[in-house]
Amino acid sequence: MLRVESVSSFYGAIQALRNVSLHVSPGEMVALLGANGAGKTTLMKVISGIHPVSKGRLVFVGQNIAGLPAERVLRMGIGQVPEGRQIFAPLSVLDNLILGAYVRFKGEGKKEVSKDLDFIFELFPVLQERQKQRAGTLSGGEQQMVAIGRTMMSRPKLLLLDEPSLGLAPLVVSGILQTIRLLRDRGTTILLVEQNAKAALKVADRGYVLETGRIILEGETEDLLNNKEVQRAYLGKEYREVWE
Amino acid sequence: MIWDRKTECMPRGEVEQLQLERLQSTLNRVYRNVAFYKKRFDRLKIGPDEIQSVQDLAQFPLTMKEDLRESYPYGMFALPLREVVRIHSSSGVTGKPTVTGYTKNDLHHWSQLTARVLAAGGVTKDDVVQITFKYGLFTGAFGLHYGAELIGASVIPMSTGNTRKQALIMQDYKTTALVSTPSYALLLARYLEKEGINPQSLSLKRGLFGGEPCPESMRKEIEERLLIQATDNYGVSEVMGPGISAECEHKNGLHLYEDHFIPEIIDPQTLKVLPPGAEGELVLTTLTKEAFPMVRYRTRDMTSLDYSPCSCGRTLVRMKKVLGRSDDIIVIKGVKVFPSQVESILLEVEGVEPRYQILVEQVEGADSLELKVEVNERVFSDEIKNLQNISAQIDRKLREIVGISAKVKLVAPESLQPANGKLVKVIDRRKK
Repeated sequence: MLRVESVSSFYGAIQALRNVSLHVSPGEMVALLGANGAGKTTLMKVISGIHPVSKGRLVFVGQNIAGLPAERVLRMGIGQVPEGRQIFAPLSVLDNLILGAYVRFKGEGKKEVSKDLDFIFELFPVLQERQKQRAGTLSGGEQQMVAIGRTMMSRPKLLLLDEPSLGLAPLVVSGILQTIRLLRDRGTTILLVEQNAKAALKVADRGYVLETGRIILEGETEDLLNNKEVQRAYLGKEYREVWE
Repeated sequence: MIWDRKTECMPRGEVEQLQLERLQSTLNRVYRNVAFYKKRFDRLKIGPDEIQSVQDLAQFPLTMKEDLRESYPYGMFALPLREVVRIHSSSGVTGKPTVTGYTKNDLHHWSQLTARVLAAGGVTKDDVVQITFKYGLFTGAFGLHYGAELIGASVIPMSTGNTRKQALIMQDYKTTALVSTPSYALLLARYLEKEGINPQSLSLKRGLFGGEPCPESMRKEIEERLLIQATDNYGVSEVMGPGISAECEHKNGLHLYEDHFIPEIIDPQTLKVLPPGAEGELVLTTLTKEAFPMVRYRTRDMTSLDYSPCSCGRTLVRMKKVLGRSDDIIVIKGVKVFPSQVESILLEVEGVEPRYQILVEQVEGADSLELKVEVNERVFSDEIKNLQNISAQIDRKLREIVGISAKVKLVAPESLQPANGKLVKVIDRRKK
């Protein structure tokens, strides 16, 4: 579904992504792991068209989307749940969710949108209870639900999730990840960025490890869990020993 | 049967994307973790960022067996030894042995790969698999052993030798699949005939052969004499061991597992990459190995690649049976022998000249080696006992150092005839 081919990207003179290639097949949930500053969020932004690609190709359902503006990419079916949730705090939960559907509203009308709303409420019953409440007054976990729900309202073919576990209590994290897994089981293709490798690998099908802008590993989740590089990235610890 | 249908029948476009991803991550890791590669890449001013497509691999330097020897024992490992759970090693033919290591994940992948090999050769969980490769430092036995267990077959870890016992177990334990070198299969066939054991009375159905070239004529002979289906599989100890490529039931080339290895064919003289279909030397790059990744390893095996689809449904490229080597290594009973080794042995023996001729023949299906050595004048006119001593000494050293035994014949000085001014050191009369 998505194919990233040898993509490089810069922030001014700083190269944030070096020759990154990865793919996500339809129906798959792929985890992108790495420590702080490895380039995970940059890659997300590059895919969703927020940050420019300087080299390489981004192929989404057979079409090169590198260089397309973010709104076009969204309409093509890539929805991103941004890092830190970025919900509209003063607006109600309901308005936040409806805003997520703005790309579809014109074409499909209110009926379709309210159908999706029911789906989101089924997924996160607590949001239905609090639909009138201002989003900013919700707990961190609930705000994350709003953020995911809002993106799902655009009916993305590919859902990009940037650090959904950030700042959440472990129990809440596992709840959120289970819901994400449920989305995948219902057919949404997912690319999940996580620092919390252990939690991400519990739910993903496959994973990549990014380190200082480069992919250093690719594999099945089981292989990655057994790999010391992953354990290192997960722990954020640098160890290098001479073994003579 | 196809063991891993999802991968083995993957559309070609996906194969290339997967290879690109894994190649980039492999090069990133070796550049960071293996001083040998870093030094080389830096000298040529190339790095992992050069890889925009799989074809860009051609710009990278080739790795030779000598490089592995110089890095003896752990110099080319990409991880500290404590991540390594298995060590294999070559026999150390011409000097230092080459050492390879495997992490837990490497062993897991290796088992998956040899399971593909065995499944392609028809092995299922109902089979009784007799493995007659040597268990030990060599990769052959262990590699296929784990694959067979993964499939769920019953494995008999026989190891090499003791043909009488091998045959007995084959009869009594109702072996259905034989894993061996092709020459050993013929030796077994000969033994059974000699003992009057009808192969029809056995449960044997298939044979999976590797470790040495198995020409078509040899396959036919094995199939006819043992009444089995024989498939060929290919491995390189320094790269993985068995599990690199294997024939399916259509026997029209060995499917190479491109999700774990990138094959290239080079001209052994110019070292240039040749187009698909051209015959040349096989060069392999590993894509998933953690402990001991290999970038562009020269296998010295001559073959060609065929990317056209196979009737079995597998999409992975097929390599032609390896029937020759790009240098003068001779493979005898699965053991690689360099003429230079023989030469260095002769130099240590008093009374003989380093003028020799190696004669390899196939006697009733098994490789036999004859070594003709010129002795000097003084020794030649000496007592027979002394001559016998010398030939025994050479034979012993050959066994110790090279790992094979030979019929040693001492001949008169200047009696070996050079052809075109140059003495032919190896005469291989085996069927091609």
